[in-house]
Amino acid sequence: MSEQTLFKVTVDNITIEVPAGTTILQAARQIGGAVAPPAMCYYSKLEGTGGKCRTCLVEVSKGSEKDPRPMPKLVASCRTTVMDGMEVKNITSEKVIDARAAVVEFLLLNHPLDCPICDQAGECHLQDLSFEHGKADTRYEFQRRSFKKHDLGKYIQLHMTRCILCYRCVFIADQLTNKREHGILDRGDHTEIATHIEKSLDNEFIGNVIDVCPVGALTDKTFRFKNRVWFLKPMDAHRNCPTCSGRVTLWNRGDEVFRVTARKDEWGEIEDTPDGKPGWICNTCRFDKKHTNDWVIEGPRAISRQSVIAQGHYAGNIGTTLPTEIFKAVNDGRAPHLLMDIHNESEVNLPSVRLSEIEGPSHGNTFNNNSTKA
Amino acid sequence: MGVKLLLEKANVPGIRTYDVYRREGGYTAAEKALKEMSIEAIVEEVKKSGLRGRGGAGFPAGMKWSFIAKPEGVPRHLVCNADESEPGTFKDRYLMEFLPHLLLEGLLISSFALGSNDTYIYIRGEYAWVADILEDAIVEATKNGWLGKNILGTGFDCMVHVHRGAGAYICGEETALIESLEGKRGNPRIKPPFPAIQGLWMRPTVVNNVETLAAVVPIIKMGGVEYAKIGVGRSTGTKLISACGNINKPGVYEIDMTISVEDFIYSDEYCGGIAGGKKLKACIPGGSSVPILPANLLLKTAKGETRYMNYESLSDGGFATGSMMGSGGFIVLDEDQCIVKNTLTLARFYRHESCGQCSPCREGTGWMEKILQKIELGKGESSDIDLLWDIQRKIEGNTICPLGDAAAWPVAAAIRHFRDEFEWHIQNRELSQTSNFGLQHYADPIHVPA
Repeated sequence: MSEQTLFKVTVDNITIEVPAGTTILQAARQIGGAVAPPAMCYYSKLEGTGGKCRTCLVEVSKGSEKDPRPMPKLVASCRTTVMDGMEVKNITSEKVIDARAAVVEFLLLNHPLDCPICDQAGECHLQDLSFEHGKADTRYEFQRRSFKKHDLGKYIQLHMTRCILCYRCVFIADQLTNKREHGILDRGDHTEIATHIEKSLDNEFIGNVIDVCPVGALTDKTFRFKNRVWFLKPMDAHRNCPTCSGRVTLWNRGDEVFRVTARKDEWGEIEDTPDGKPGWICNTCRFDKKHTNDWVIEGPRAISRQSVIAQGHYAGNIGTTLPTEIFKAVNDGRAPHLLMDIHNESEVNLPSVRLSEIEGPSHGNTFNNNSTKA
Repeated sequence: MGVKLLLEKANVPGIRTYDVYRREGGYTAAEKALKEMSIEAIVEEVKKSGLRGRGGAGFPAGMKWSFIAKPEGVPRHLVCNADESEPGTFKDRYLMEFLPHLLLEGLLISSFALGSNDTYIYIRGEYAWVADILEDAIVEATKNGWLGKNILGTGFDCMVHVHRGAGAYICGEETALIESLEGKRGNPRIKPPFPAIQGLWMRPTVVNNVETLAAVVPIIKMGGVEYAKIGVGRSTGTKLISACGNINKPGVYEIDMTISVEDFIYSDEYCGGIAGGKKLKACIPGGSSVPILPANLLLKTAKGETRYMNYESLSDGGFATGSMMGSGGFIVLDEDQCIVKNTLTLARFYRHESCGQCSPCREGTGWMEKILQKIELGKGESSDIDLLWDIQRKIEGNTICPLGDAAAWPVAAAIRHFRDEFEWHIQNRELSQTSNFGLQHYADPIHVPA
């Protein structure tokens, strides 16, 4: 390997050196914390994703060392590669914050906001995004677009109303399965994800569309309405699977496995396996192996993504590391982005509550009793 | 009469056929280019001519040509953008319908200069009969040795293919056009990489408008320097303007860009004045996506100077008091036209034509249309105007392709210049359903019929 050229890039006043060809978003993620722009459509493990949702827009205040002119428009950080000496403003730019709030408003315009009955609630990227960057009210007063629910085969259900058209599921079917059977129909605000005339998706790896979907548009039919994700205990587990890596996260309640997903990193993306490939899992592992004795349990999983589930028992580091000294100083005292402290909102997630000890359906009293006991 | 370079022979009977076109001096420029000139010399002539892209953006064509990457062993392509779908613009259709061989000659010279052996004409699907005309012309040209293998014994091969679009405005955006031509969904690509590096099938590609390519023929005939003498400043050569709306003589006119807007509208040679002796209210000077201008700002710039029909003068004053040359779709509105309704029509068009790829455009265009619909139906509230302004501001510049900007500009300009008309609609809900706001302070200051 020849020596890689390193480019110096400054994001929100924090300088980092990254190899040439890295995107601004990847560089910002290496810094971590609130410096990393949110991304709804970009998925680093899939080629060609990104650029569509516009949530990752950043301001380039200095193009490069050679050509220090700022870029005239905000750029999509997920698809713009860094130049040496580039200076990027993310949360330190008024323009970016304004544009991002606008994008959140646009994304929520036709979103049904049915979080109370949505299986994705608690681990939904759109929930996180709107909580961090959106406004409490909508200015939209017209009817939202609506679609019927579609069954895409035995395991997957499509709620087109919730879809934000990130195209991730289309890319994954292109790149992971041998034949893509769903795609985009129509255009503009009546665009929809669909199979051509009610076909079913029955590829062995198609279950991964559920993992990449940032919202609750594609849901696991074997898990639908069974439980809330924040009541479940994530456990790393593996099995010797002939078709996939077999490295998964089990979502347990007691000894019962409610669902199986691939292991996700702090950006909500599939973790790599030790041999460096993305750890996609097959349908058999995901939908059929729902007994603990199918799996070798490795231990509880620390969910480090900023979400409701991250604030339960097993979070290794709650939230993310924050460059605190920069925030208050450069951003007019704007608080670093932390989601609501769920412990203040709900007793359900008090660290003292031991979810796995609850038997049967739970309600408020259970938690009150449980927490006083512990 | 102004100088005519493109439409000079348009009225010759039978000019559509090869024999008449050749007899009238056709294909002499191609002969000159292929036999006497080097590739560099052709590109140099086009650069010297100062020819600017006629599709709307006005980017210098010669410079675009010089950007094309030339890696070894990778074919290059020239694509002719004939997906003319902008409301108000119909100049390319006229050119292709009456002078198909002029376009083919321009394509041949340009293909030779760019080294494209397979050249594509991406034509709007609705222009079905024009596509037939072009295909017939290609057969004739091939039969006479102007297309195909070893043209004029130079060893240069060039095939021209006509590809029909399927009715999407967005496929006029060059990267969406390339996607569509490849057989994919017409979604614009994220740039970079630009088509000059990775375009059609990831090969270096140049996409040019029909009129731009046709203009290459007179440039080669008369030389770039001579061509640059026509017109004014950086607006060189002639431009086709498709005039429509409330005027006496709608149609396609070739102008040399030294004529004033006032002359263009009122002289008998061009538009022939406002139809029915009415007064001029407003005008969209460059196709539906450019900002609308009220009469007082159209004829004179904000500084009080006469406004001319060229790139610089039309955009004088920026978007605050100016507009753009755009693609040359000149839409004239008389005193009876309602700006709210006009803006709604445009907003509906952009809502319908948004590809739905990126969120600001997908959701924002629909939202703007619904608010305008509400105002038009007499249900508007005063906060709606500010909301519209805020939405267009948030779409503009935040999208992948220029369609978002094109959707935002007409709404922005309508509110900027005609805010009182919007307010009148909101305050007089019932009256606005039956009568018209008419002319107010933005009347044409010069031409008031007695």
